[in-house]
Amino acid sequence: MQPLVSLDGLTVAFNGIKVLDGISLSVGRGEAVGLVGESGSGKSVTWLAALGLLPKTAAVSGSVKLEGTEILGASPSTMDRVRGGRVAMIFQDPASALNPVLTIRRQVGESLALHRGLSGAAIHAEARRLLDLVGIPDAERRLSAYPHEFSGGQNQRIMIAMALAGNPDLLIADEPTTALDATIQAQILELIRRVRRETGMAIVLISHDLGVVAENCDRVAVMYAGSVVEEAPSVELFDDPLHPYAHGLIGSLPPIDGPRRRLTAIAGTVPDPKAMPRGCAFAPRCVHAAALCGTKPPRLRAVGENRRVACVIDRRARATDIIGQAAE
Amino acid sequence: MARYFVIRIGRAMITIALVVTFAFVVLRLSGDPALIIMGPEAPPEVIAAFRKAWGLDDPIWMQYFDYFGAIAKGELGRSMRDGRPAITLVLERIPATLTLTIPALLLKLAIGIPGGIFAALHRNSLIDRAVMIGAVAGFTVPSFVLGLVLVLIFAVQLGWLPSGGQETWRHAILPIVTLGIGGAAVLARFTRSAMLEVLGQPYIRTASAKGVSWRAVVLSHALPNAAIPTVTIVGFMVGTLIAGAVVVESVFSWPGVGRLLVVAVANRDLAVVQCILLLVAATMVTSNLVVDFLYGFLDPRLRNREAAGAH
Repeated sequence: MQPLVSLDGLTVAFNGIKVLDGISLSVGRGEAVGLVGESGSGKSVTWLAALGLLPKTAAVSGSVKLEGTEILGASPSTMDRVRGGRVAMIFQDPASALNPVLTIRRQVGESLALHRGLSGAAIHAEARRLLDLVGIPDAERRLSAYPHEFSGGQNQRIMIAMALAGNPDLLIADEPTTALDATIQAQILELIRRVRRETGMAIVLISHDLGVVAENCDRVAVMYAGSVVEEAPSVELFDDPLHPYAHGLIGSLPPIDGPRRRLTAIAGTVPDPKAMPRGCAFAPRCVHAAALCGTKPPRLRAVGENRRVACVIDRRARATDIIGQAAE
Repeated sequence: MARYFVIRIGRAMITIALVVTFAFVVLRLSGDPALIIMGPEAPPEVIAAFRKAWGLDDPIWMQYFDYFGAIAKGELGRSMRDGRPAITLVLERIPATLTLTIPALLLKLAIGIPGGIFAALHRNSLIDRAVMIGAVAGFTVPSFVLGLVLVLIFAVQLGWLPSGGQETWRHAILPIVTLGIGGAAVLARFTRSAMLEVLGQPYIRTASAKGVSWRAVVLSHALPNAAIPTVTIVGFMVGTLIAGAVVVESVFSWPGVGRLLVVAVANRDLAVVQCILLLVAATMVTSNLVVDFLYGFLDPRLRNREAAGAH
């Protein structure tokens, strides 16, 4: 079946420095995909680039298809219909992501007018319904309030209401709970799950929090230094990470049960995009690194039915794969 | 809210009183009106009579209290040169000054704000650089230099416009342009940086991400936010409407308040100088007051703080 959105070889460079290197990723209808990795690994840039939201100084290449139609480099008017109407996005810091001088009615209503063609009283009624839906109490009165009159969690609910206003097929949630405290975080994630159940929209959850992703996503892609290094169904990834980086990430989580163990950290730091290693970007930090890893970046390849990994030395890899890559 | 108003207005009155006091002291310490107006060769008994007539032989603190007492009664004194009420002299000149400063203000707004917005939207482009070079030149060149250069080009070389005087509307063009260019440059730089600041905010990206066209993002999301800092500088410009043309009026021999001020200071015509300063302080303070209230109108965050402070 055709995926809802598919990225192919998406590459982004700022002033000639590559920050995203050939991302290929697809999201099916109604699917929940997690995107994990540390700050600067390119998780947000991937989707900002896909939606044409990066500044003009960014050089973006590759392909972004929405139901098979190429949208990378599409006309501004096409993109304005895609953004908010087909693919909505919510951001990390809801307080600064909302316009401080416009009322909530105005900001939610804007999406309703743009994507649903509503006007006047219909906007008001629908905006009220959306605020109710995302759990803003006293919605009728609060419509005329401004963002600073709400808490961080409420502002994120309003962002979600705004995203829902366009009836999108896909919601990109970029670290939606990072700026919020733990209880509010749980409430917002619960809201996102409920909204997904009710609307059937797909979601991409960008997070550095593996727990959040594991709980909310069917499939997870792990990013490292501008590339996807592993992609797998959540359960399989957490049970048996194949890429040494994914393995390291999961090893650094404390187990909730069983005996206490020392948490392992990944030695070293992320490479500077200006001085990327010639071979595998993770090789300098990798405990399994071999001579082969320093020669050329490993390609993402299928392992089993629904997993992909970009590493030449994984336990499941058949000897022929390694030899085959080495021969190339 | 009412209390907020009262406090603000009270503070404004204090500011005006301080300005007037300062002017009073400085003018009396820096020269003797009797000697200047009567001339250094005047006989001593004439000088003494003049001093007595204007109360200049009283101790300075008594003069000060007399002066404030008179202001409280609405009397702003008389010109020592021709005995007419100072306020009449000043009011006579105001229309001439406003003839220059109001069109100049409009010119500043018409060039400065769109110029700044345009430069911000095309940041680092050739046009941006050109606008900014123009803006830097516009506000670093003093108005008397700019005025003289314009006279040289348009009056002396090309002969298109008169170099000074007030006879026809054509006489107003060069002074208006001189005043306008400098202000437009300041405003353009200010607007540009306010716009750049706003365009980098996360809510601008949010607006784009929900499918708002770039044009609408700029008009309905960026401009209302950028207006907040810009209003400050525009308010300041409004405050200088009455006395902001002192130099330009002198360059173009324009008989406005500015020239009256220059002449009155030179003659130590105390009542006239004080009357002008009072008026200038009052306009400045009023426009600041208006700006403060405009902030509340433009920025809902401030509106609430005011309301909260008033309870």
